[in-house]
Amino acid sequence: MYVAVKGGERAIENAHAWLAEERRGDKGVAELGVAQIREQLALSVNRVMAEGSLYDPDLAALAIKQARGDLIEAIFLIRAYRTTLPRFGASEPVDTGAMACDRRISATFKDLPGGQVLGPTFDYTHRLLDFKLAADGEVAEAPSREAAAGDVPHVTDFLNREGLIEQAPHDDTPPPDLTREPLEMPADRALRLQALTRADEGFTLGLAYSTQRGYGRNHAFVGELRIGSVPVEMDIPELGFAVEVGEVTLTECETVNQFTGSKTEPPQFTRGYGLVFGQTERKAISMALVDRALRWEELGEDNVGAPAQDAEFVLYHADNIQATGFLEHIKLPHYVDFQSELELVRKLRREAGVDQVAEAAE
Amino acid sequence: MQAAPLSGGFANTATQSAHAFRSVMEAMARPGTIQDIEGASPPAPLSPAAGAVLLTLCDTETPVYLAGEMDCDAVRSWLSFHTGAPFVGPAQCMFAVGIWDALGPLSIYPIGTSEYPDRSTTLIVDSAGLSASGAKLKGPGIKDYAALFLPELEAFQANNLLFPLGLDFIFTKGSELAALPRSTQISRLDSKAGAQVGAS
Amino acid sequence: MSNYNFAYLDEQTKRMIRRAILKGLAIPGYQVPFASREMPMPYGWGTGGVQVSAAVLTPEDTFKVIDQGADDTTNAVSIRTFFERTAGVETTTATCDATVIQTRHRIPEEALQEGQILVYQVPIPEPLRFLEPRESETRKMHSLEEYGLMHVKLYEDISRHGHIATSYAYPVKVEGRYVMDPSPIPKFDNPKLGDMAAIQLFGAGREQRIYALPPYTQVVSLDFEDHPFEASKADHPCGMCGATDSYLDELIVDDAGGRMFVCSDTDYCEARQAAGHKGKDAA
Ligand SMILES: [Zn+2]
Repeated sequence: MYVAVKGGERAIENAHAWLAEERRGDKGVAELGVAQIREQLALSVNRVMAEGSLYDPDLAALAIKQARGDLIEAIFLIRAYRTTLPRFGASEPVDTGAMACDRRISATFKDLPGGQVLGPTFDYTHRLLDFKLAADGEVAEAPSREAAAGDVPHVTDFLNREGLIEQAPHDDTPPPDLTREPLEMPADRALRLQALTRADEGFTLGLAYSTQRGYGRNHAFVGELRIGSVPVEMDIPELGFAVEVGEVTLTECETVNQFTGSKTEPPQFTRGYGLVFGQTERKAISMALVDRALRWEELGEDNVGAPAQDAEFVLYHADNIQATGFLEHIKLPHYVDFQSELELVRKLRREAGVDQVAEAAE
Repeated sequence: MQAAPLSGGFANTATQSAHAFRSVMEAMARPGTIQDIEGASPPAPLSPAAGAVLLTLCDTETPVYLAGEMDCDAVRSWLSFHTGAPFVGPAQCMFAVGIWDALGPLSIYPIGTSEYPDRSTTLIVDSAGLSASGAKLKGPGIKDYAALFLPELEAFQANNLLFPLGLDFIFTKGSELAALPRSTQISRLDSKAGAQVGAS
Repeated sequence: MSNYNFAYLDEQTKRMIRRAILKGLAIPGYQVPFASREMPMPYGWGTGGVQVSAAVLTPEDTFKVIDQGADDTTNAVSIRTFFERTAGVETTTATCDATVIQTRHRIPEEALQEGQILVYQVPIPEPLRFLEPRESETRKMHSLEEYGLMHVKLYEDISRHGHIATSYAYPVKVEGRYVMDPSPIPKFDNPKLGDMAAIQLFGAGREQRIYALPPYTQVVSLDFEDHPFEASKADHPCGMCGATDSYLDELIVDDAGGRMFVCSDTDYCEARQAAGHKGKDAA
């Protein structure tokens, strides 16, 4: 005799209790503090802030702890929290020219005003496991100097002075808001950049890499990569002027792309742009390459059918929270639709006479 | 008088707007039915029902057109304070509110596009004569037939012919409302049929 | 959960969803774009349905959640608990007592009544998506009422298999205008879509679409004169309640491949058993 399975609620509670225990791990090992994650796993924190679209290192660190280090899960926690926050207003556009740069490099000019500043980079580390870290991570203080006074000009401005790079005129059109309006095609560049800045790092990297290997190649040079903090200002209507409400660390990448001209545009350098929360340079460079690939239409280039040129393909599949949710939902019960398929396949097999053959063979 | 714009909103926004929305939704889902709607005390000439509809559906993202007498300081400041909705002309509005004679002609409102028929105006016709008599309604949301008093027939018939484009209407009076979506077909109610039509 | 608003969503989000629901009701079968929010459960797990439910629920409602027809599947339990906590609504498993029913993949067996609302969770709202992956193209097809591709696909099935090889998420035409995806319900449920007394709302969170069927709307499953639509199910009675008119789950009951068939609608089956109906496998 058959008794139906019950107890979904209890099963869920037990699963959650087990999950909490696993998250804590061996109690003989000291618990990880949120401040430790924020300070010592800062690049994870930065990625969670960038793809979570919420600049709050403490919350991002908490999310990483709660997610047991699964960054997509942590991004999900931040996104779900973010949507519940009231919206007080929009900031003024940040001025990355006024960035206090920790890092600023150009691959196109050996030296330039503002100088090349390597900053805290892995670039020239030899990737040898440092076994000393396993025992003791204490480090000596790094040498420092006074920051040079004044703004650090953008490399593209120098090219612009010669008219060698496409114009990027100032535009005060209010940008659309991906988080408040449904994504719509065709998407203008402002909307594409919004989608890319919160896009999955791996997906963006893969697409950018594909352009380098010929799937929509756009000959990118890193004109400039800069990482540092910029003030965020907000207009307060009651005061009639903007006040500084905080500071964010950003990574900005401007690529300078070779361009031999098209039906509509003269030969000149063109631009790809990446701007991402935190120190996230792999993502910012990837974003700039994908941005440039997506601009084929406005620059009068040919669509060679490369995935990175296809705005609809890129934008509808770049969000890892959408992707992981839908991918993982196939774990949910599908008894009903599977049953209807089962009946259909049986019927088709019966009519094709396949089942008789199978039975005869037994 | 300074305090007037600050009062008359929903005292408990979450639950009152939930109830008000259910009334609007039932009305839109069942054209011809008359629903109660409560919770708002707007300044004249806005009726409590029209006020509640606006509080339920409007905010800073919904441009509103105030037609005729509705475009007065009292209504403007009340709506601004409670919803933050921007005021615009008929060609840009998502919602228009006014008495029937002030709202026309209907050709001044967006009716949506063939790809986005939803990008059209919803008209709130205030001080409407709400009764299950006058015009005969047929279409989605209606079992067999329904009846509703309409200020005229031709304009609504022409609107229905635009389907899936077109305008949607919410009729308000006192603390009651009814609705007429673009999908409803309208004809003159002959007096015999009137007796059989209920609020289905 | 007291830090969160009634039914979780903030009022501005609810207003945006409510506006989309009204447009959906005014244009039956048309997919209204809406700015779906990130919810505290994953996309693909009912975020569209949850947002629609949150926008329509009042504190006085009685709420029922089913997944695969059952009230006790884990995701149904999870969503029901979510609304118990965030909206404080009464919940029920009895179809007839519920004022709002959120469902995944089924329409209850018991006919719904006026005053009830059925909210569907929808994974892919676009019925043409598997024929044309581009939203820009499918939107054009709907605008031009150009559904030839769909008919060609169904007809190819017939020429290959002798049948239309679509057994769930079977496309329908609404009021002679829009072709609509009824969500992955088995085609057995399709005839219930039309002329229903209840309001039907469809929410696709990840795909950012809401659509609706007002009560008593004309809904026709696509077919051909020589191959009319046929609502099918496993040809067995329910092993527990003996019902012959309900959609069935197939269970494997032993290692020897023994099978039994049970109503997928748990409330329907339990009510029948309580009324004394007994199937051949019942204790
Ligand atoms: Zn049964």
